[in-house]
Amino acid sequence: MEQSTLITDFSLIRNAAGRLVLTTNDGNVHEGVFPMRAFPISAPAEGLSLIGENGHELAWVASIASLQNATRNLIEEELARREFMPEICSISHVSSFATPSIWQVETDRGDTELVLKAEDHIRRLTHTSLLITDDHGVNFLIRDIDQLDNHSRKLLDRFL
Amino acid sequence: MIVVHSAAVNNKIIPANATNKTLPLAWQVAAHSQLAEAEEICAWLEINLDNNLHFKKRLLIITNQRFLTVANYPEKIESYPFHAGLALKHHDNAGVANIELFDGEIQLAHWFYTLAHDFSATRFIKQFELHLASFLTGQPITTETSEVCPNCQSPLEADQDECPQCSSTIDAPPSTWTLFRLWRFAKPYKWQLLTGFLLMLASTAATLVPPYLTIPLMDKVLIPYQNGAPIDIGMVALLLSGLLGSALLAWGLGWARTYILALVSERIGADLRTITYEHLLKLSLEYFGGKRTGDLMSRIGSESDRICVFLSLHLLDFATDVLMIIMTSAILISINPKLALVTLLPLPFIAWMIHVVRDKLRTGFEKIDRVWSQVSNVLADTIPGIRVVKAFAQETREATRFREANQHNLVVNDRINKIWSLFSPSVTLLTEIGLLLVWAFGIWQVSRNEISVGVLTAFLAYISRFYTRLDSMSRIVSVTQKAASGAKRIFDILDHVSSVPEPSNPVHLDKVVGQIEIKSAGFRYGNRAVIKDLSLIIQPGEMIGLVGHSGSGKSTLVNLMCRFYDVTTGSINLDGVNIRSLPISEYRRNIGLVLQEPFLFFGSIAENIAYGKPEATRAEIVAAARAAHAHEFILRLPHGYDSVVGERGQGLSGGERQRISIARALLIDPRILILDEATASVDTETEKEIQKALDNLVHGRTTIAIAHRLSTLHKANRLVVLDRGEIVEVGSHDELMACEGAYYRLYQAQARNVDTDLDDVKNDNEITHKAVSA
Ligand SMILES: Nc1ncnc2c1ncn2[C@@H]1O[C@H](COP(=O)(O)OP(=O)(O)OP(=O)(O)O)[C@@H](O)[C@H]1O
Ligand SMILES: [Mg+2]
Repeated sequence: MEQSTLITDFSLIRNAAGRLVLTTNDGNVHEGVFPMRAFPISAPAEGLSLIGENGHELAWVASIASLQNATRNLIEEELARREFMPEICSISHVSSFATPSIWQVETDRGDTELVLKAEDHIRRLTHTSLLITDDHGVNFLIRDIDQLDNHSRKLLDRFL
Repeated sequence: MIVVHSAAVNNKIIPANATNKTLPLAWQVAAHSQLAEAEEICAWLEINLDNNLHFKKRLLIITNQRFLTVANYPEKIESYPFHAGLALKHHDNAGVANIELFDGEIQLAHWFYTLAHDFSATRFIKQFELHLASFLTGQPITTETSEVCPNCQSPLEADQDECPQCSSTIDAPPSTWTLFRLWRFAKPYKWQLLTGFLLMLASTAATLVPPYLTIPLMDKVLIPYQNGAPIDIGMVALLLSGLLGSALLAWGLGWARTYILALVSERIGADLRTITYEHLLKLSLEYFGGKRTGDLMSRIGSESDRICVFLSLHLLDFATDVLMIIMTSAILISINPKLALVTLLPLPFIAWMIHVVRDKLRTGFEKIDRVWSQVSNVLADTIPGIRVVKAFAQETREATRFREANQHNLVVNDRINKIWSLFSPSVTLLTEIGLLLVWAFGIWQVSRNEISVGVLTAFLAYISRFYTRLDSMSRIVSVTQKAASGAKRIFDILDHVSSVPEPSNPVHLDKVVGQIEIKSAGFRYGNRAVIKDLSLIIQPGEMIGLVGHSGSGKSTLVNLMCRFYDVTTGSINLDGVNIRSLPISEYRRNIGLVLQEPFLFFGSIAENIAYGKPEATRAEIVAAARAAHAHEFILRLPHGYDSVVGERGQGLSGGERQRISIARALLIDPRILILDEATASVDTETEKEIQKALDNLVHGRTTIAIAHRLSTLHKANRLVVLDRGEIVEVGSHDELMACEGAYYRLYQAQARNVDTDLDDVKNDNEITHKAVSA
């Protein structure tokens, strides 16, 4: 599993405890680092920071594409689990048009239920995309309202 | 940031949920098929994500021999027999929690779930530790008789599975018949309403007399005259005076009705406003944090007004109209059922149309409301921040933002008006067609001598009124929808249950000593854990200095102590009583809070100082001001204590405002004093003044002081160093200096007069920044 990259001046591995270990080119070793995107919504492919367990930035990656495959895979794997943001593909049912309301949704990660506590938990990102935060802090993304089917759009419209 | 809770083993049994009996039906077959002989399920946890973070349910089970997972879909069954070194850990990030199974240092497996399952997960891990320990030692699990809530550690009643303080259920959403809920506000006025209603009946009846009088006028006077008979003057006079009389009666009754009902509706509107505002004030800071001022203002201000107008004007008209339709129909049917039937024919059509349009409009009006609050939000954002706007010369941009919000408003309105504008003409068209029908059918009936000309004219007189009312009645659709959506938005506030609820069985503390105990408190803002498993006991009269770098959770801890928020886990006790069981205002009365950004209300300085104790005498106010070292500068103001300070206390310097807020805290003579960076942004001279003021304040009270400048904490009995929501060091200044830990480094940095914070110092030797070139 051990992989090191040459182009960039750090190497990243996952240890037996499941933590990412970063070794910088000057020999410093940091265990339990995690990647964090600087603009997870507006520019996910740019600007990524590797942060140590103590919350300090250890390395900065300007563009994820510039990383070597192995490192990028590790980072993306870690990101996938840190950035849990199911994308809503359709809304099958809402319990009421007044909040709190329970929504049955289909997402790219399977069907689930979310509780919308208040209308303000729907945040408009751009003209066509929305971020919905449920009762427990899970963020759901609607990438493009216009891509939703009619039924979902109608339901959603009642909350916008 | 990763949060690791490695739950401590404790030998309290965790209540129900995690037992065999309550295993969900769907899982029973799958789970039991996995079990060996003499193996039984001790605890379980249903999780809702698979390892690719897809929503799929799985079951984690602890038996008396091992740990295993079960899934209802094809996937490897994982099984881990108990042995020494096995441990479960869990942490969470961005709404997803992760349970990891470790064998010593090695991660064997991990599972994900969303935070909705978090409470049971904590319990599950505790169960795991208990059963593993019991397996390894061969000892049965010790059970404690008194069960405590696994979450807040408060004792549970024997029959309670869930802690009443922690269990949070989703409140049922308000019903769509929101307007009927206004009855709650109308109830106190039911007698006036009844009077109004009776007057309405009478006045409507009075307006229906004139058309009826046209029948004899036509049949007994005009038509006989045309046929050569002389006019009966007496009868004409009688009929005409009847017309005049009924008109006068309708006028008088109508006036009384409108007056009484308008009076009542105005009162209902006022009650609605005040009650909503009172409720709003009781909501927790969490609510205000998530709302925008402009939106709340428009809800309480204009929407309650809209409801009021609706009640006093539109609903009244509508009720009159409905009454009139019913009475007219009755009269028409009594005169001639056949013609009445034809006359009333268009009614169902119109009713149907109203119904259709109604649905379309309702959503539209809700939208308009939201757009309206957007517009007012822009205002509420920029007006208080006008200095920033001007400083960065962003007037045009703010103007554009406003114009855009307005534009949006226009677009939404345009869309609605499209439907709406079609509606009225359609009703008019139907009306005309209806009239046509009556004419045609009437003429036919007259020709067959089924009715007299008088009856036909009466019918025409009735229905032309009737249909014009229908037209105005149709307007009720839009206003009702508007009022209903306004009512909904108001009830949204009213239905919101404070997230720091009043206790159901309040405990009253006679005399507060001031001992504060924080028991493994945890707190998260949304999905961000900010305070983690923090325990601290503060003795009565003790002064605690809270230090730590920016964002370490100091203010949050203070918010928890003031019960602006409730802890997510653990508990905070005052004199041994959970603060959740104390009445909120009674509890807060014991707390004096001085914030970094002191807020002064519009009013005189004296009023501001006496804010927490309005009945304070002038002497008390002056004494408090003196103690806060504010007396002298107040006297230098043109009107002394009567000087009016504006919104946000403009006209006073930061330090002056600060001292007024200290005086305010001093005046209520609290047992507990909380100073959140009370001297952060003032010059050294003023700081000394404020420091002197604070020294007066601190004396003999339990004090929690937050400060970045460590010198201000020289009086503290103990210093508590916080780092990322956890206590890293506790001790006196000398002790902490001696152990050369985080505090020492922080102090050294300040002594060197370098503007560094705790964290940067700690990482002095590390390479903190590494740029990776693309
Ligand atoms: N209302 C909120 N919603 C979400 N997160 C918040 C909220 N208030 C504070 N936080 C976060 O909680 C953490 C602790 O904040 P807190 O205000 O307690 O820090 P602090 O120690 O008082 O810092 P400072 O010394 O700068 O005042 C910070 O990371 C902050 O971003
Ligand atoms: Mg703070």
